[in-house]
Amino acid sequence: MTIADQVTGSTIAGTAGAKPADAKPRVAAPAITLPAIGERELRLDLFRGLALWLIFIDHLPPNLLTWFTIRNYGFSDATEIFIFISGYTAAFVYGRAMLENGFVVATARILRRVWQIYVAHVFLFTIFLAEISYVATSFENPLYTEEMGIMDFLKQPDITIVQALLLRFRPVNMDVLPLYIVLMLALPLILWSMKWKPDVTLALSALLYAATWEFDLYFSAYPNGFWAFNPLAWQLLFVFGAWCALGGARRMSRILASPVTMWISIAYLVAAFYVTLTWYVPQLSQFMPKRLEQWMYPIDKTDLDVLRFTHFLALSALTVRFLPREWPGLKSPWLRPLILCGQHSLEIFCLGVFLAFAGHFILAEVSGGPAMHALISLSGILIMWGVAWVISWYKRVADKSGAKTKNAVGNADLAGGG
Amino acid sequence: MKAKVLLSLILLCGGLAVPSARAEDAAPAAAPVPAACELPSYLLTSESQLPKVAGAVKAGKPLEILVIGSRSTTIPSSESSSYPARMEAVLKEKLPPAETVHVSVELQSKKTAEEAAGTFVKLMEAKTPTLVIWQTGTVDAIRSVDPDDFRGAVAEGVVALQNAGADVVLMNLQYSPRTESMISAPPYLDNMRVVAQEHDVPLFDRFAMMRQWNDQGQFDLFSPSRGPELAKQVHDCIGRALAQFVIGAAHLGPAEQQN
Repeated sequence: MTIADQVTGSTIAGTAGAKPADAKPRVAAPAITLPAIGERELRLDLFRGLALWLIFIDHLPPNLLTWFTIRNYGFSDATEIFIFISGYTAAFVYGRAMLENGFVVATARILRRVWQIYVAHVFLFTIFLAEISYVATSFENPLYTEEMGIMDFLKQPDITIVQALLLRFRPVNMDVLPLYIVLMLALPLILWSMKWKPDVTLALSALLYAATWEFDLYFSAYPNGFWAFNPLAWQLLFVFGAWCALGGARRMSRILASPVTMWISIAYLVAAFYVTLTWYVPQLSQFMPKRLEQWMYPIDKTDLDVLRFTHFLALSALTVRFLPREWPGLKSPWLRPLILCGQHSLEIFCLGVFLAFAGHFILAEVSGGPAMHALISLSGILIMWGVAWVISWYKRVADKSGAKTKNAVGNADLAGGG
Repeated sequence: MKAKVLLSLILLCGGLAVPSARAEDAAPAAAPVPAACELPSYLLTSESQLPKVAGAVKAGKPLEILVIGSRSTTIPSSESSSYPARMEAVLKEKLPPAETVHVSVELQSKKTAEEAAGTFVKLMEAKTPTLVIWQTGTVDAIRSVDPDDFRGAVAEGVVALQNAGADVVLMNLQYSPRTESMISAPPYLDNMRVVAQEHDVPLFDRFAMMRQWNDQGQFDLFSPSRGPELAKQVHDCIGRALAQFVIGAAHLGPAEQQN
């Protein structure tokens, strides 16, 4: 299943590229529209691959490459891209399954995917346990006696491990998969509701988001605190992605094409960039109105701050405007590594988290300075690319030798994971 | 390297090059400061002020400083090398010889900001310091306390200290690269910055300083060494930086004192 096979045919509810001519008469159409089978929106793969690389780099200690990640230039970061695209692709694949095979079969499929993600999460947790146990036994710098308090949970492995299996104990950098698991569990309900009335579903999602902020709803964690990514807030991005996939994007195409949208987006991104700059160059903050600072801060990642969400919207509005789905560069070999990674997101995501752990470990054992840092980041990305290539190769071979009955719809890999 | 990337970014913005030039200036070093301690001046200055410290020194009254901290305030088995002791020594050196400086330390080991803040009223009745340096955040980060609750607790603590008649300096977490993948510091750093801004309290950014030292190669904070040497050097630098920070925020520098 090569990429070239899949770019043929393009009636997808493209995020923006859809021209007015594409608009089908929607007289007897169902509430949601789905694109034809077998095609693949390469832009989604591209940006999901990019998000995976950025998440990997952001999980490493700060180094030269960190300055290339988008969180340094605005409010939102790779997590927003990742969750949005996950919502989009999940709705795209399982939405079709629901229309063709009904609610029960689609739900069963989704649950199978949830199980895969859960297993991946437990696998990563095991690696984390190994790392932290190693640090606990080998690191005794008196400067950090207090920070070593983090190892206290090792004294109660029975409770900790059970809590981890319940997704309530999540170490740093392991928050995305539990969020994704909860969102996927809600997906049957979301799709069922979307089938009925997509706009109402999106409105309900926004309502839940507002309620989360108003009533301070959260998922509690172990030993105390709460989930670092609140699913009740982040569902808005996921549902928005699903809504776009199921025809929303096409209906929005006129708004997205308008120059007003473009200029508002540009203005907002520039303003956000300036604010971000004040974090790194504190001298600039004297030019920031104090009232604005007090209103704006803190920009909350846990509950997907409105500023973050709008920043993502502005970014994606500009992206779909300036990067049409027919852009030939999408097939260029230079972007191939990113696209490959984006096509196997669950595997590559897990690999990225593992490589970040490993990178930390190497940096700690071999103090190597900035050159070593950069080397680790680069080799991590190369490994991600290599593994993505191997997975693609294997799938291609397996598809060829396997029964031809399996069509693109059943391909979990299009469903995106991670 | 980072500074270069940043600088080019700023140049791109155009017109903003002037403030960046200031960032490049190293902190003016009055006394013989070890080269390893060097920091950019923005980390050593604050827009917020310490009027009570200024008043006490100008009136020739003794300067009583209380450091409320946790285990990272001290070095196990060498108290006299920890940053409060180092700060005291440097302050005595830099302030007029007639000035009496006394630093005391109150350790609140394993207490969150909320738990520590609960003790402040009694503590302040007993000690009545001119300046309180409140170092917090680590325990909250380890226990991943809700950042909003943390912010509330820090704000409450700052107000209690101010009501008791003291100037306040907030000090944030240590930069600890070895546990970076296990303890998430950013939400706590951000919220302390917010509280400092809202209550016009100087924030001593210990995290950024240690990170700077580590990135520039002055200290290898990844080192697993069991010996106290590294800890002593780092605390010495923090103590010096803190003394300079206090002198700056209270406008007690040599230039101001002549007026």
